[in-house]
Amino acid sequence: MRLSKINIGNLFLITAVLMLVLGLSFGLLAAFIYLYPEFLKNELGFISLRPLHVSSAMFWIILGATGCVYSGLKGVANQITNFKIAIAQWILWVIAIIGIFISYFAHQFGGREYWEFNPIWALPIALAWILFLVNFYTQVIQVRKWPVYMWMWLTGLVFFFFTFTENYLWLFPYFREHIVTDMTIQWKVNGSLVGAWNQMLYGTAFYLMDKISGSKKVGKNNLAFAMYFLGLFNLMFNWGHHIYTLPTEKYIRYVGYIVSMTEWVFFAKIIYTWKASVNTIQKHYHYFPYKFLMAADIWVFINMGQAILMSIPTINVYTHGTHVTVAHAMGTTIGINTMILFAACFEFLIPNMYKDIKPSKHLNLIFWLLQISLLFFWLSLNVAGIKKGIWQLSPQQVSYSKMMQSLQPYFIVFVVAGLGLFIAFSALSIKLLRNASKSIINS
Amino acid sequence: MKLKARHTFFILSTLFLLYSFSIYLKPLTINDTRYDKVTAANGRLVWQKYNCQSCHQLFGLGGYLGPDLTNMMSQNGKGETLLRAMVKTGTKQMPTFNLSENELHELMEFLKSADVSGKADPRAFKKTNFGMIENYEVK
Repeated sequence: MRLSKINIGNLFLITAVLMLVLGLSFGLLAAFIYLYPEFLKNELGFISLRPLHVSSAMFWIILGATGCVYSGLKGVANQITNFKIAIAQWILWVIAIIGIFISYFAHQFGGREYWEFNPIWALPIALAWILFLVNFYTQVIQVRKWPVYMWMWLTGLVFFFFTFTENYLWLFPYFREHIVTDMTIQWKVNGSLVGAWNQMLYGTAFYLMDKISGSKKVGKNNLAFAMYFLGLFNLMFNWGHHIYTLPTEKYIRYVGYIVSMTEWVFFAKIIYTWKASVNTIQKHYHYFPYKFLMAADIWVFINMGQAILMSIPTINVYTHGTHVTVAHAMGTTIGINTMILFAACFEFLIPNMYKDIKPSKHLNLIFWLLQISLLFFWLSLNVAGIKKGIWQLSPQQVSYSKMMQSLQPYFIVFVVAGLGLFIAFSALSIKLLRNASKSIINS
Repeated sequence: MKLKARHTFFILSTLFLLYSFSIYLKPLTINDTRYDKVTAANGRLVWQKYNCQSCHQLFGLGGYLGPDLTNMMSQNGKGETLLRAMVKTGTKQMPTFNLSENELHELMEFLKSADVSGKADPRAFKKTNFGMIENYEVK
């Protein structure tokens, strides 16, 4: 088979969907530990299940974003993808993923939170990213008048590479010897990495809106560029809001606080354009991939509201270290990133399928099961977090284990809602994977 | 639009790099003698090797299954003896870890470095200007 027959974007998207299915499975198993503490304790335990879940979920987002950029580039770049480079990039990812999963199963760690694998496996990922940068550069260099989503993709690609490298500064004892600076850099990295893949995904959302609406206005208006630069500014400087309670330099915390408050502009923009958004929803609601963009918009509103409030230090001190933070992380990962990725997956993997035919009742039911499960999932974590926050600040604390026991009812809702998410996402993934072989090979 | 976007991107990226390097250079100005920095730096690797961060937090950052360990070293009724025992015997949820004596020593030094760096207890913070918080018990 000739390499040029392979649809590179879809190859990455299918790989990403497989990662999602794995991530959901590991996540569900890990969630059971909250109810049954000794569940799989000696086989895998939380120390393996958590990284297995988190890494799979992150690879779903990163590989999905990669697939979206490749698929999007086909529509805007005048140079075609270098297939050899793209396939080499994919193979490097597969090598890294296999190595990382085997090491997690064997309880071999060595990395940091969210990147718990031995740093050796970061090498194929970094190399794959360099290949991605080369492919992106050669495809876009001659494009004139970039729409905003191309700037967003470029930003995501460059900043992911920079922060991913920065993520391994701890290998040098110089950075590790002072815990506060070390943790400052660790959370600088975590904040900016999320910002980097958000740029790639929000860029994809802009691209899809241009494509679905058939207009080129979305990606080229001044407001879109203003919002992009505000997003970039936040990616670079707002991460200090993660570490208000870390005794790091004052200026880092103040910069994080002040920059985070500029996110009110995004919030105001959402409210200001609410009516127009409702009109757009009504216009495109029948189109199945669009439903996910609509859902992402609503979850942006909810999560951004929460994020801005959590970025105010006097509120943050109540929520920091509690499940409110988990609710926010899950809310954005599932509610925003995953919704955009599903819009892209249905658009790119099953093109035109829903252009003229309404999605089946079954498919709509799954969509709503997903949204309702996510709402309960998010609420249960928030309530558990608020209860933990009250415990953290109470003068007479009961023991940690007693406090955790008192959160059991919320964890039950969390697990049941997680099961709902698992069922809905699995059904959607099966729908996408059924088409896998057709969508990877160009006819 | 393209030219303006390019300039803005360049200016912001330069500011970001300057900000990043100002943070990278911080350790040059710090000389804390309350712990052995080489041992503590190795202890950080032990913390990662056994994936302690999966369940435990430092300064409220990390996992949510177990308690925050930032100031466990200096807490009444806890301290190094208890921490050592917990690592060796495990708990209902926590498996038993077979750390060598050297690894255990390095891990304890790392936790000591966390403990002397500041207080993680949210009750130790007070409100200051513009909604910012300060830890009034930082050592």
